[in-house]
Amino acid sequence: MKLTLRVWRQKNPDTPGAMAVYELDGVSEDMSFLEMLDILNEELIVKGEEPVAFDHDCREGICGACSLVINGAAHGPERTTTCQLHMRSFQDGDTIDIEPWRASAFPVIKDLVVDRSAFDRVIQAGGYITAPTGAAPEAHATPVPKADAEFAFEHAECIGCGACVAACPNGAAMLFTSAKVNHLNVLPQGSPERETRVLDMVAQMDAEGFGGCTLAGECATACPKGIPLFSITAMNKEWLRATRKVKR
Amino acid sequence: MTSYSEYSEYTEYTVGEPVQDERAPSGPVNERWDTRRFQAKLVNPANRRKHTIIVVGTGLAGGAAGATLAEQGYHVVQFCYQDSPRRAHSIAAQGGINAAKNYRNDGDSIHRLFYDTVKGGDFRARESNVHRLAQISVEIIDQCVAQGVPFAREYGGLLDTRSFGGVQVSRTFYARGQTGQQLLLGAYQALSRQIATGNVEMHARTEMLDLIVVDGRARGIVARDLVTGEVSTYFADAVVLASGGYGNVFYLSTNAMNSNATAIWRAHRRGAYFANPCFTQIHPTCIPRSGDHQSKLTLMSESLRNDGRIWVPKAKGDTRPPAEIPEDERDYYLERIYPSFGNLVPRDIASRAAKNVCDEGRGVGPGGQGVYLDFADAIARLGRKAVEEKYGNLFDMYERITAENPYEVPMRIYPAIHYTMGGLWVDYDLQTTVPGLFAIGEANFSDHGANRLGASALMQGLADGYFVLPSTINDYLARNPHKDEVDASHPAAVEAVRETEDRLARLLAVDGDRTPDSFHRELGELVWEFCGMARTDEGLRKALDRIPQIREEFWRRLKVPGTGEEFNQSLEKANRIVDYLELAELMCLDALHRTESCGGHFREESQTPDGEAARQDEEFSYAAAWEFTDTGAAPVLHKEQLTFSHVHPTQRSYA
Repeated sequence: MKLTLRVWRQKNPDTPGAMAVYELDGVSEDMSFLEMLDILNEELIVKGEEPVAFDHDCREGICGACSLVINGAAHGPERTTTCQLHMRSFQDGDTIDIEPWRASAFPVIKDLVVDRSAFDRVIQAGGYITAPTGAAPEAHATPVPKADAEFAFEHAECIGCGACVAACPNGAAMLFTSAKVNHLNVLPQGSPERETRVLDMVAQMDAEGFGGCTLAGECATACPKGIPLFSITAMNKEWLRATRKVKR
Repeated sequence: MTSYSEYSEYTEYTVGEPVQDERAPSGPVNERWDTRRFQAKLVNPANRRKHTIIVVGTGLAGGAAGATLAEQGYHVVQFCYQDSPRRAHSIAAQGGINAAKNYRNDGDSIHRLFYDTVKGGDFRARESNVHRLAQISVEIIDQCVAQGVPFAREYGGLLDTRSFGGVQVSRTFYARGQTGQQLLLGAYQALSRQIATGNVEMHARTEMLDLIVVDGRARGIVARDLVTGEVSTYFADAVVLASGGYGNVFYLSTNAMNSNATAIWRAHRRGAYFANPCFTQIHPTCIPRSGDHQSKLTLMSESLRNDGRIWVPKAKGDTRPPAEIPEDERDYYLERIYPSFGNLVPRDIASRAAKNVCDEGRGVGPGGQGVYLDFADAIARLGRKAVEEKYGNLFDMYERITAENPYEVPMRIYPAIHYTMGGLWVDYDLQTTVPGLFAIGEANFSDHGANRLGASALMQGLADGYFVLPSTINDYLARNPHKDEVDASHPAAVEAVRETEDRLARLLAVDGDRTPDSFHRELGELVWEFCGMARTDEGLRKALDRIPQIREEFWRRLKVPGTGEEFNQSLEKANRIVDYLELAELMCLDALHRTESCGGHFREESQTPDGEAARQDEEFSYAAAWEFTDTGAAPVLHKEQLTFSHVHPTQRSYA
């Protein structure tokens, strides 16, 4: 396959970026999208040009590092992570636009690499169960109904890639935040901190500069792990319940 | 013909004083951990905040250790090269975590988990460490459930388990095919709680590039901020390496692209012995490579072998589609050769068997480098829905990568490098030969011998991080109060920073014509060919001959664009390859010197008449701990003799 790539190049946070155009030949449809970029970078290095910087690590769709907007869609045309997207989803002669996540809470570091540390701070605000090592009761002391365990798991699958934020017209982080709130709040182990968790995480989310939710639903469409849109309504319910219960 | 003489001096290693674990108490193996914990000195809770501990890495071992040490009151300074501690490669572990809970009432016990692990490791692990691991396994499950890890459950709300290779009980706890992810997020969340309280100072996108040793003790590290390029020093009372294994020396592996050996290799260069580097694990069920562009390999969980049947055509060069090959023309070779364990033999045995049938010309798929893993029987027996529930995400992943639907056509799989049993030598306290330097998780060598059983890596990482290190490090801190403050002006720190900056400057200055990846790939292909699934004296000598040549070419032809004072991924890669180019040499030398076969280390010269690994216990019942001398110069071998008083070494039999 022969492709025309239009790639966002930005030297650092303080320098304005622009799209650069590259022609790439010899792409096979069995390559992953990132392997295609590897080839571009190998060519650039040999020519003495700086390769395109992008985040990636496991290349198995689980670490959540990779984060490209491809032809305007977070993670591209398939419902998966960028690293699991393969070139068989494209045609010979295609022009492909490659951009970083664009959201004010995710500033660009270089080229296609953004700073997602805001997500870590949302988790630090309450996305955990306080269970110091050694204090745990026997695992079977508290049975968890299978349906609740499944519900928790489906939300715990979130990989923290940020596609939801990138896809949202408002740059909101509701799907990310709600996935963790729902994972922990449904479990009996998570119930003592149920109210403070949702209040603190939502407050931190707002403080980080993520946008408001207008239920556009783009987040759930872009999510490579299929976190459902009702996750957001479930979190709103938790939040309302908590505001009534907790006086601050 | 190449001559070996020119570079042979590396193979002229000397044998130094034996090395011994002096921390494990004597006495019955099941009492040693209690005894050691009682002997260990404690640090008064009020004094703990005066101690700083550096933790490098945020995977299962590092994340668990950072969180637990901070909970105890220590000041923890922690590092990861990723943009967030949640992305450490433990996250990619799929299948599960072992624990001797015996919830199934199927005859499991701590002693059986201990026995299975020592036997599975082909009698090259330390008994006292393995027994402790089995004991702690039960506490890990309790801890993780309390943190909200959503393990698979039965309808009654209790935990479900499944079987893994090399065992005949069902002791593996799991969260679909994402157990590593869920356990890691549990540790990450516990760590996040400590970051929020200020007990952990977290440095993401920061990579350790050297160890600072002062008066023979580990007192700090040199690290580079990967965003700004700034090289800085950090100081502490103890340093914990939880930086994972070195599988990426093979270039193609199931490790994450950026997983690397720099932290442990730099520690090795500063005096920490490196043990059993040739004990590398090849996982039997990975997706075969599709072409030269391949950047990494993807594992398909071993749990698939519970229900999938492995086969190849009986005839050589049979290119019919699998559906057209009738039942009586298929060879379910694992079930045939190992009837009692069948498809669930340990990883080293399954990998070698796959290689053998492919070498015979019976492999399937492009290049004949693959075998079938077939779920047709399981789907017929259990129904598609049940199979989907157990393995759905793995099947989806397979289809996404290969564009083949495994519900309809059998998966194609082939072995790939997955885990490294070798690592920094540690005693029972997980302390290396550099006082104050500890190594936990895959970064150390301690528990898996020559072969790791499935679902044991998660167990060991969490055991080390949550329970072992937080007990043993107290003893070191209590016995070694550091009265002197060390800072960046200390000569040892100045020297380490200068060496690091020089190295980075040299990498940028070569300005040649080859990319870092091209060298990494070349090295990887070499070690895979000669130090991979089967090893010979001749092949290893070839590799040892070639590695210094690649190293020389690297420093002559490397091209790294950009500068060191910015985000520069090519520079990061190149700097890691510097260390692979040395580590690969030690790995091959270790494989050359160990003329026996054991576990994942298969020397063709040492096999039983039916082609199984033949150990030579009289000569090799030891862990090989290597001491660094200089780049390309022969290292010194220190042997730790292994004694087995509770499990009697036998020829492993899974037939």
